Amino acid sequence: MKVFINGKECEAKQGQTVLQAARDNGVYIPSLCYHPKTGPAGKCRVCVVEVEGMRGLQTSCTVPVKENMKITTNSETVRKAQRLVVDLLLSSGKHDCLACEQNGACELQDAAYMLGIEHPTFSLADTKTDIDDSAEFVYREHAKCIQCGRCIAGCNTTVVNEVLDFGMRGHDTKVICDIDLPMGKSSCVQCGECSQLCPTGSIIDKKTRGKGRHWQFKTVNTTCAYCGVGCQLTLHVDQAANKIVQVTGREVVPNDGMLCVKGRYAYEFPSSENRLKYPMIKKNGEHVRVSWEEALDYTASRIKEIVEKNGPDVFSAFGSGRITNENNYAIQKFTRAVVGTNNVDHCART
Amino acid sequence: MTNSIQELQDAKVIFVIGSDTTEAHPVISYFMKRAVKRGATLIVNDPRKIDLTKWAALHVQHKVGTDIAYINGLINEIFKNGWAREQYLKDCTENPDAIREAVKDYPVEKASEICGVPVETMKKVAKILGEAESASVCYTLGITEHICGTDNVKTLANLQMVLGNIGKYAAGLNPLRGQNNVQGACDMGALPNVFHNYQPVDNPAASEKMAKAWGVPSLPTKPGYKMPTMLRKALDGGTKILYCVGDNTVQTEPNMAHTIKELQALEFFVVCDIFPNLTTPYADVILPDTSWGEEDGTFTNSERRVQRTRRAVNPPGEARSHWWVMQELAKRLGKDLGFTSGNAVWEDMRKTATSYAGITWDRIENIGLQWPCPTLEHPGTAFLHRDGKFTRGKGLFSVTKWIPQAEPPDEEYPIVLSTGRRLWHYHSATQTRNSEGFDNIFGEELLEISPVDALKMDVKTGDLVKATSRRGSIILKAWVTERSAPGVAWCSFHFAESCGNVLTIDRFDTVTETAEYKACAIKIEKIGDGEPLGDGILRQARP
Repeated sequence: MKVFINGKECEAKQGQTVLQAARDNGVYIPSLCYHPKTGPAGKCRVCVVEVEGMRGLQTSCTVPVKENMKITTNSETVRKAQRLVVDLLLSSGKHDCLACEQNGACELQDAAYMLGIEHPTFSLADTKTDIDDSAEFVYREHAKCIQCGRCIAGCNTTVVNEVLDFGMRGHDTKVICDIDLPMGKSSCVQCGECSQLCPTGSIIDKKTRGKGRHWQFKTVNTTCAYCGVGCQLTLHVDQAANKIVQVTGREVVPNDGMLCVKGRYAYEFPSSENRLKYPMIKKNGEHVRVSWEEALDYTASRIKEIVEKNGPDVFSAFGSGRITNENNYAIQKFTRAVVGTNNVDHCART
Repeated sequence: MTNSIQELQDAKVIFVIGSDTTEAHPVISYFMKRAVKRGATLIVNDPRKIDLTKWAALHVQHKVGTDIAYINGLINEIFKNGWAREQYLKDCTENPDAIREAVKDYPVEKASEICGVPVETMKKVAKILGEAESASVCYTLGITEHICGTDNVKTLANLQMVLGNIGKYAAGLNPLRGQNNVQGACDMGALPNVFHNYQPVDNPAASEKMAKAWGVPSLPTKPGYKMPTMLRKALDGGTKILYCVGDNTVQTEPNMAHTIKELQALEFFVVCDIFPNLTTPYADVILPDTSWGEEDGTFTNSERRVQRTRRAVNPPGEARSHWWVMQELAKRLGKDLGFTSGNAVWEDMRKTATSYAGITWDRIENIGLQWPCPTLEHPGTAFLHRDGKFTRGKGLFSVTKWIPQAEPPDEEYPIVLSTGRRLWHYHSATQTRNSEGFDNIFGEELLEISPVDALKMDVKTGDLVKATSRRGSIILKAWVTERSAPGVAWCSFHFAESCGNVLTIDRFDTVTETAEYKACAIKIEKIGDGEPLGDGILRQARP
């Protein structure tokens, strides 16, 4: 259907909200409580716009588009309202960007930048720092929370782990785990969905703290190393250190950005000091480092010698459910076409 | 899986059996729980009170290893009440009368006696399944890791065919595959009886086709040995060389002491892996492989979706991709395999695999494709056997009979031990224990014991116990929890220092040679008082 955004004719789909249609057409409306996965909430009121024929300002995340709707996202009235909302949010917590982990990856910062807010005009509210450092992988800082509710919606309706909720009232309102337990003592299974959904630096990945700025990391899309779901994820890599420093879920099939504790947080093993790094041959009962040349020559000659003497069926190979398709194919081709036996199998039976 | 993962959130009924989904496939469990929020009925069938039961309308706690009796009882009840989809049976299956007759041996009353599920509960489950518009069956190793694993699966297939649930959206028969690429390893022909794309090695046409494609005069046509046979034959000289890639055999095969004997009997043992583990000490040669995150390639997930995996960091030392190792070894044995890159290997495979023929690395740059995908224009296949049109033609019922576990409990070994995985670790834990923080949450194995048994043995959570089977013993702390049913204990095989596979039995399903990891007999002795465990560990047992 046809809509007009800031006087420009745009294409929108039936059932879309004004915010979604604007985003699809490249028009930025600051928004904080809306996330495609958790849906419209209509809480933060940052995404207000004017719609011709509708009274007052409308939250664009909750208003569905209609044919020929005329939407204004950049009038002074709109900007004034947006500025006030963001100004109040900035004043109500400790949103100091300098040392914040999410600097450069923060939706509140983006909104303030876009609206040109350098300093909050109100005096800062007395918000307690209230850090929850009790969990192994997820770090929470209440003073950076804007109570958008995305973490709570994510925990309860996206991954349905049902741990987070709002607790207390009024000025004391905060995100709590179970019956307001520290996260590390609650029933939280550390899937990290809340951290991925948090628009500010209030819920972050603890192990990534202090590892560098987001823009310094190279990102690589890949498939998870653990179970058979095959979750799609993005690796954030510190190239100088040759280390993966963070994992986030990609919002595509099959996992829609959701991960489990292993997929999101068990990523350091490739750079572990314990890795096997060099070929080794057992000499006098001890494994001794050798060159690839020596290891390959020795292995090939032993295979040749034993198979020539006993026939190819004394050779058996294990492929693996842990390695790539290409490597498994290579192993079956080697076993069948080079050694000449069908004795190839893998751990599907275990 | 016949169906796709995300379809689960639209399912009307989800029947989970032998799958500790929240721990072993957490992301799939999210979709199941979402379905519950949308009004689906979740039935969890498990001898253990697993976490998923908190979202279930019904938890059916059948006894370990009685799946066939239980399911056949349900099918009997479904026929009896006229819930079977007669039109589907007529149009889409070959021998419906065979199953109709066979389940007459399992009236619910008799099935109930075997499986320990009250008759009323069985009737309730049959009614939910029978009256549902569609139902999805999800299972994992709790079904396959029994001496009757193959028959367990066939019985579930029977159930789904009787209900007309194969070939439908948000239904089907869905094994949740345990490893990131166990589906792919099968598809790629790392199996003794088939080439990649399941072309039988003993089919002369397939064998000739592959010999020509690979440029060899001929290929062996006798199917090879399955893994347990390979190992067993080490003891009588039938296997002299074992070339083992990415498999911590000592820790993951049943009856660890026996596995070690088999490996020691080999003449030449090559281990290619990323970490030293319990298996590497027995190797004559150790080759360092690249790890996940260090090479370009593909994995195929549980729903048959082929997805890219990419190099993000440089491998340590001299670790290499395994296709390179195969290329180099083949060269020394007088054959050029033609492998110059991961993508070259893929293309070599793709041209002789019809299901994979339409999948190139380029096409799956952003989002994976589900096989069968026979042409470059094909969109991939979300679910198999659409509209009950089975790949083989018509659906075939296999008659199954319940048999008891290989090693039932007795006076000396009165407890049934079942094994599995925990959320916090993965398999032999080389990856999770070499990542930061996981040992802080769950750093040692615990033996889960029912409060009923614990009371008898005067054991409380945190006490040190010795678990002994006919094959060995391990010492670990006890976790007294209602997750375990009376008479059943449970532990994982993640921890080298107290691994469940010291105890498990090396008795196998006759068809697949999958071992009965889920049932062996043990005895438990208390050997010392212990401190209560920290909150972190018990977090899994949610309030």
